[in-house]
Amino acid sequence: MNTDTLPSPSDRVILWRWLVALAVLAPAWWWAYNHLTDGADWVVAAAGLTRQTALGEAVHFFVYDTPKVLLLLTGVVFVMGVVQTFFAPERTRALLAGKRAGVGNVLAALLGIVTPFCSCSAVPLFIGILSAGVPLGVTFSFLIAAPMVNEVALVMLLGLFGWKVAALYLVMGLTVAIVAGMVIGRLGMEQHMEDWVQAVAKGQGAATYDGDGAGWRQRLQAGADHVKEIVGKVWPYVVAGIALGAGIHGYVPEDFMASIMGRDAWWSVPVAVLLGVPMYTNAAGVIPIVQALLGKGAALGTVLAFMMSVIALSAPEMIILRKALKPRLIATFAGIVACGILLVGYVFNLVL
Amino acid sequence: MKDIKVLGSGCANCKTTIALIEQVAQDKGVVIQVEKVQDMPAIIGYGVMSTPGVVVDGKVVHAGGVPTREKIAGWLA
Repeated sequence: MNTDTLPSPSDRVILWRWLVALAVLAPAWWWAYNHLTDGADWVVAAAGLTRQTALGEAVHFFVYDTPKVLLLLTGVVFVMGVVQTFFAPERTRALLAGKRAGVGNVLAALLGIVTPFCSCSAVPLFIGILSAGVPLGVTFSFLIAAPMVNEVALVMLLGLFGWKVAALYLVMGLTVAIVAGMVIGRLGMEQHMEDWVQAVAKGQGAATYDGDGAGWRQRLQAGADHVKEIVGKVWPYVVAGIALGAGIHGYVPEDFMASIMGRDAWWSVPVAVLLGVPMYTNAAGVIPIVQALLGKGAALGTVLAFMMSVIALSAPEMIILRKALKPRLIATFAGIVACGILLVGYVFNLVL
Repeated sequence: MKDIKVLGSGCANCKTTIALIEQVAQDKGVVIQVEKVQDMPAIIGYGVMSTPGVVVDGKVVHAGGVPTREKIAGWLA
């Protein structure tokens, strides 16, 4: 592609193409999403199976859930890609600058959901925010909320369990981020950052790059890129997760999980959190398994605790943070988040 | 000769960015020198909050995500 000699179409023309494409794709998406059961029934019948057999039930689960989850994922990841263009890290930093503990923690947790975040940029982001004079505890609220209240997890919960569970997940995740940030702020652990970080955090205004100006063409393009990046990366995990879920759904007897992951087994919540730490996967891969476990009598709180632990307490992220934080602060961070997740697990098991 | 620095902690996107810059430079016949900056204090020193970042002749021109070919071609013009 030689962009020098070809006159590139103007932004306006490209934007129109985008709008036409969206006008076609959005109804197609909606239609497909509303005909998933028909499609799954047809496939099961065409294969000469009935849902009365274990194999038929497993196949039905797979051919119903795979397109459902992939459609949801594509739709939401696109919308999030567009939304994130409004919340570049530089913007988040400016919004948080000068905020005190309390209000700052709430705002930071909310911004954590919509700011594009990749664990490999966790350190520059963390220091960039600190250098704007944002207190350590507020910065941590952001750092906890960003991976924990995961947009992919939220939507998959919405699609597979309904809005009540999704809303509860959102509220609990935000609460953990806000409270954990406040606690870390109270502990006054500034001296447990690496020395060079302390120096940067004291010298004001390290971040100078303002980001690109973006029009709607760029925003829509960012949405499409986000789909390519996220869905392109996670779809094999989603399919594998659903296949495993289908196997559990079809072949594992009802209530099999009730004894080990049911609400009566109090120790199951901490065990679920511990199991989640070394596991490194993404929300999209975990949730189909989660759904299948729930169908077999596992308690929702236990399963959610497992999921949050897998996403928010990942070992690779801790290793990256070690470049900026001393072990005691990392341990405090992990400990407080783990307690928060435990609490979420027990609360869910109590109320549902 | 353009002096280009790619800022990043060695994640996949940083490698992709370097490869893409080298490829565009080769296509356009521009001589460049690409340097990888992985040292965290140095990255912060450029005032970048999301990686990969790109510095051309001492000026930050990009931060966060792999830049487009179009954008890279603009820096090398």
